[in-house]
Amino acid sequence: MADRDEDKRVVITGMGIVCPLGHDVETVWQAILAGQSGMAKTTVFDASTFPTTFGAEVKNYDFTEYVNRPERHRGSSRGAGFAIGAAAQACKQAGIEIETAGPTDGVARERLGMYLGAGESSVNNDVFFAAILAGWDTDKNEMDWDKWAKVAFGGMDPGYELEQEANAPLAHIAMLTGARGPARNCLTACAASTQAVGEAATLIRAGDADVMIAGGAHSMIHPLGVTGFNRLTALSTRNDTPETASRPFSASRDGFILGEGAAILILESLGSARRRGVEILAEVMGYGSSADAFRVTDMHEEGRGAIAAMTAAISDAGITYGDIDYINAHGTGTSENDYIETKAIKGVFKEKAKGIPVSSVKSMLGHLIGAAGAAELITCVLAIRDNIVPPTMNLDDPDPELDLDYVANAPKKTPVNIVMNESFGFGGQNDVVIIKRFS
Amino acid sequence: MDSARVVVTGLGAVSCLGLTVDDMWAGLTAGRSGIGRITAFDPVGFSCKVAGQVPDYKIQKYLPKTYRKAAKLMCRDIELAIIAANEALVNSGLVTKGIDPDNINIDPTRVGINLGAGLISCDLIELAPAVAASATDGKFDIRKWGKEGLEHVTPLWLLKYLPNMLPCHVGIIHDLQGPSNTITCAETSGHIAIGEAAQTIARGDSDVAVAGGAEAKVNPMVIMRQCLLGRATSEGNDDPESACRPFDAHAKGSVFGEAGGVAILENLENAAGRDAEVLAEIVGIGQSSSINPEYEHIEPDGRGIAIAIEKALQDADVSPAELDLIIPHGTGIPADDLAEAKAIQTVLGDSVSKVAVWPTKSMLSTTGAACGALDVIAAVRAISEGTIPAAKNLEKKADGCELNIVRQPARMDVKYALCCGYTYGGQTAALVLKKFVA
Repeated sequence: MADRDEDKRVVITGMGIVCPLGHDVETVWQAILAGQSGMAKTTVFDASTFPTTFGAEVKNYDFTEYVNRPERHRGSSRGAGFAIGAAAQACKQAGIEIETAGPTDGVARERLGMYLGAGESSVNNDVFFAAILAGWDTDKNEMDWDKWAKVAFGGMDPGYELEQEANAPLAHIAMLTGARGPARNCLTACAASTQAVGEAATLIRAGDADVMIAGGAHSMIHPLGVTGFNRLTALSTRNDTPETASRPFSASRDGFILGEGAAILILESLGSARRRGVEILAEVMGYGSSADAFRVTDMHEEGRGAIAAMTAAISDAGITYGDIDYINAHGTGTSENDYIETKAIKGVFKEKAKGIPVSSVKSMLGHLIGAAGAAELITCVLAIRDNIVPPTMNLDDPDPELDLDYVANAPKKTPVNIVMNESFGFGGQNDVVIIKRFS
Repeated sequence: MDSARVVVTGLGAVSCLGLTVDDMWAGLTAGRSGIGRITAFDPVGFSCKVAGQVPDYKIQKYLPKTYRKAAKLMCRDIELAIIAANEALVNSGLVTKGIDPDNINIDPTRVGINLGAGLISCDLIELAPAVAASATDGKFDIRKWGKEGLEHVTPLWLLKYLPNMLPCHVGIIHDLQGPSNTITCAETSGHIAIGEAAQTIARGDSDVAVAGGAEAKVNPMVIMRQCLLGRATSEGNDDPESACRPFDAHAKGSVFGEAGGVAILENLENAAGRDAEVLAEIVGIGQSSSINPEYEHIEPDGRGIAIAIEKALQDADVSPAELDLIIPHGTGIPADDLAEAKAIQTVLGDSVSKVAVWPTKSMLSTTGAACGALDVIAAVRAISEGTIPAAKNLEKKADGCELNIVRQPARMDVKYALCCGYTYGGQTAALVLKKFVA
């Protein structure tokens, strides 16, 4: 690892974010350091009678402010719109020109790739439900597909339907940037964008690209999304106090808060970054991925898969356990995740575990699902930059079973050089990325 | 590709031509189309009424006894992935927990999974009672849904439809704990998943990978989407077998279907160490994007496809003239077929008249995240059998198509085969497979 040459070292040269706490990196970071909450009553649809009536929505956002040719992205989904804004910001910081046929930024477009953990977008709810109602015969308990088709074909729009695919954000970012390198999207639930960043780094290391646009975008704040998570009893139902409902690692935690947004990082070989003379924000050191192979519904009791992914990332980074200064936890605020994650961290770090600050910015951002990991990785880069660990908010009633240093309620000034970011998805998908202060 | 050599040691496929790879290969070599009238739902109101449907199966038969209860958490896409993965693992000689828990011969932490999955549409009939319970004056009432309708939705409903549940279930059944990923790049997901799995093995992060894709596209939402986008043909309803006509002058659109395809990829040393039969080697991977504001179609000059093919050939260190076989994406959508033909013609140059091109979707239909995997499987069989079957439904090549499309089955030594793919949304991919030489 120490001997990696310039083309095998992967650095971060740009970041962009659109999330419930703001639409640019600095605004979001300051809000996090101030312990602000992105949660409020749901406005995207009428959720007033749902078990959960609030969420962490992106507010007052208009992607057209980030591009010169919005007409090329007409009809973009909510998630894709977030991706466009986040990608435009990240490219700007990294000096990658957008919306130009003749870029002069020193990045050959065939060497510019994309790897997103972007999610699907919502069905056209009005028509979707109306078509089912039109076709369903309650007495016979069967569907008349002809009646269904009349409403569905009459109401649905081809462009909107196409845009629901999880690969649609890639299409928009390719149009925006002209990227002709590897183009991939992984949808591995809540681990998706951590995985995307990790995999993007491996493509640069393998020499398949010089620069990768990596991250995620997702919005599941729609009737079927909230229905699905509510039925799983995964969401907090603290409807009277949305601002303090996200309570990772606390005794009174009762679920996560569904958020939405996009986060994009520009990954680049060190050689390319040096040739282009762009500022280096951090270095990507290691990546680990594993499967629990345990149960569809539960994490492995001992955190077997989480431990495997952390161990793999540490080994890949060529560092030792004691080198990690901060762990940005998955920390969803569900009873199970926070308990198993704590156990897994102890399983990896043993007696050192209690000395490492561990925090969950989901206490402020909510859970951005596919976009969560990349959004959180951006906060890791800033933690290194400013030597400050962001807090876990709303942790005023510690769970006696959870005994790590969760950086409760206020950021902590401390030297931060190496950070581990972890994400765990439904179905036992585990992904971990380690980044380091560049030197 | 750098470092470790990656070989194929097992194949599994469930398609409209049958429940096994042998069924699929028998159908392909006989020039049989698995496309027929849709029976999964009554397609009377749909402009396209045909699809490639998998013959009846009982999923319980494919599940270990201890895992049969989990079947209620499986959408059809998951089932297809499980069936294909089972066959591929058995075919490879690897013994997993799911195959024989008393004779396991793998290290579960060194076996990964990489599957392509689609935009999984939920079962509308399953949801209908909940929707019906949420009507006020005949109209859907979201407030009633939130209060009452939602209670009719089974608690674990969402978990049936997450794309990463394909590798999740396969991983639980066989106890595969290595690197896992789910690629969601629509119709090129299968190609990318296999390519990425090979890269994961090549860099040493796993020794074995279960790689491929599965998608059940014969769902009213999916077929409607493809009809609305004008990608599904409305011309083949009376003669389903002739409906999908890649590169043919009379092509009018594609036909969609369902399938699962899995290849077992393995580090050569690992395969040699257990005396496994090697079916082929993966020697090149290339990827790019089409850039087209109308991204339901590939850009007209096919540039993104050409870049992917060039990169794959470069990665394999193979010249275009050395290729013996190309399995193109070839959907039967005229504009896309023409763009792909142009891309292949550009890369092949003078070799265009010599390299055999064999489209398969006339027989297998367009199966979304599975189609790349099915094509890789077909290419491996062509290599291992020394046979290239004939294209179906090609009477007269479309204007502008100069490809050497196989009209008669040919016995020949297939040393190098290339599979390429693209998708609405723009991602392109190509893989180069090589006849194995130790």
